[in-house]
Amino acid sequence: MRQHRIRESRSINLTPNYIILFIVLIFAGGPLLILCFNALKNSADFGRNPLGFPSTLNWSNFSDAWVKGNFSVTLPNTLILVTGTVVGTMILSSMAAYSIAKLKLPGSDALTMYFLVVSSLPLQLFLVPLFYLWRKLGLVNNLFGLIIIYTATGCAFAIFLLRSYMVQIPSDFEDAARVDGANEWQAFTKVVIPLSWPAFLTTGLVTGLNVWNEFMLATVFLTQPKLYTVVTSYYNFSTAYGRNWGLTSAAAVMMVIPILVLFLLLQRQFISGLTQGGLKG
Amino acid sequence: MSSVADVMPMKNQAVLKRQRFFRTKIIPWLFVLPVLLINLIVIIGPTISAIYYSFTNWTGMGKATSVGLANYIHIFHDQDYGMAFKNNLIWLLFFLTIPIILGLIVANVLAPVKKGGMFFRAAFFIPYILPSVVTASIWRNLMSPTLGLGAQLAKIGISGLDIAFLGNTKTSLLSVAFVDFWHWWGFLMVLFLTSMQSVPPELFDAARIDGANRWQEFIHVTIPGIRPTLIFMLLMTGIWSFLAFDYSWVLTQGGPAGSSNLLSIIVFKDGLMKFQAGYASAVGISMTFFAAIIIMVFVILRRKGWEI
Repeated sequence: MRQHRIRESRSINLTPNYIILFIVLIFAGGPLLILCFNALKNSADFGRNPLGFPSTLNWSNFSDAWVKGNFSVTLPNTLILVTGTVVGTMILSSMAAYSIAKLKLPGSDALTMYFLVVSSLPLQLFLVPLFYLWRKLGLVNNLFGLIIIYTATGCAFAIFLLRSYMVQIPSDFEDAARVDGANEWQAFTKVVIPLSWPAFLTTGLVTGLNVWNEFMLATVFLTQPKLYTVVTSYYNFSTAYGRNWGLTSAAAVMMVIPILVLFLLLQRQFISGLTQGGLKG
Repeated sequence: MSSVADVMPMKNQAVLKRQRFFRTKIIPWLFVLPVLLINLIVIIGPTISAIYYSFTNWTGMGKATSVGLANYIHIFHDQDYGMAFKNNLIWLLFFLTIPIILGLIVANVLAPVKKGGMFFRAAFFIPYILPSVVTASIWRNLMSPTLGLGAQLAKIGISGLDIAFLGNTKTSLLSVAFVDFWHWWGFLMVLFLTSMQSVPPELFDAARIDGANRWQEFIHVTIPGIRPTLIFMLLMTGIWSFLAFDYSWVLTQGGPAGSSNLLSIIVFKDGLMKFQAGYASAVGISMTFFAAIIIMVFVILRRKGWEI
């Protein structure tokens, strides 16, 4: 049967498929290629040739963009947000996932339902009161304040992903630990967490990417330039230097490269995490 | 637990019972408590106050006075709202068709490809992981009337596309939707592709033996095979279409003249910039209401026996 199938699929002519795929590749990848070209052009180069390969390689665009885009301030801000949110989300949602998957939490169906509903509530619904509440609490223009929001909005997805992984871990492992006198906390931290690391990796990547890219909340909750993230700062930067495409393109390339490198290294985890997480939004 | 009881027969029955209750009922909830708390503070609390404020003239500061249904009545007279609502419906139609169709076609073309399949999958997925501000800036350049794609085409004689796509009231909404589509379709494609790869190959063999061509195979085997994913993504598209924000805000801020305005932008502007937090809350609730209607239509159709 299997051999038959292989022979069958060989008999299909795939040339039209490749032609279509290459056309789509131009559509998907072309703009990115142009972005990279533009990152190396000076202003004069643009007038002559706005889309093609640069005539001279202007590497200074990158150092200019680094300084004018204030990356030395925004990059640490973003890294604090990413790290804080990933750590916070991992801790809180893995505890909840452990409880649902392993401790036969009474009312776990209702809780799962609750998280489903909460995770599909639009941000715009609670954004305005949340902003004024955060202002009253002194958490506006405070990285920690935004980390709390990111953690709260990202937890539902993380719980689903971690739970579905933890239920597959045989209970024998924690039971053995319990027989040896471990309490639930020890069974959780010493046994289940180390066994769940692939799920942590996937969840962490998706959470981190979402925070790195997040725009609306960061715009609303961090209004001082010294607290801008890479993304919100880029938004202001690209408005201010709108005419200088070399500079804005170089800044864009610098923002994209870390994501792209991680994505290419951990493609499988990214895609599986995002496609499962995308079902949440 | 019972084994522990056997080892310690002297232990008081009541104490054991209490310990057991603690262990099976309280401890699991202690693990969930932190997440619940943070959820209550950030999401549930503000959501409930949004409902309350939607019946008031709250500015965002100071006291809120009840105005009854005035905010909701105002929605019907607010021209900005009417326009944004119409734009959200166009957005919905656009995203229910164009990205889904391209996603399906490319997934179907990519599914039988072994050599280079992983490369294409990754390449088509990359736009999805870019920050929206970067995607927006790439396309703002490409859509420029003087230096963008249209201008280059005009140079070689294909004129008509060298217009200010984002600065024209006729084209701004669809141009913004197009940019979001460029970023989004690859994600759909990967979902469809994954789903297609789990369709049993025997079904394709059978169809081929019956003399089906590629189109018939696609319609009669592939589409039914991935139907759960397809329907689910149509549903999610319906819900998300009423919440879209980033691209319209970054590219046009809803302009020019409100031509690419969306409901979420009204919430944003009125709630946080124009000090009309009460009205903004009502608009936010109306958005949730539209998303809920889409879910309800879905549930009703399913109850009626539509296999979706």
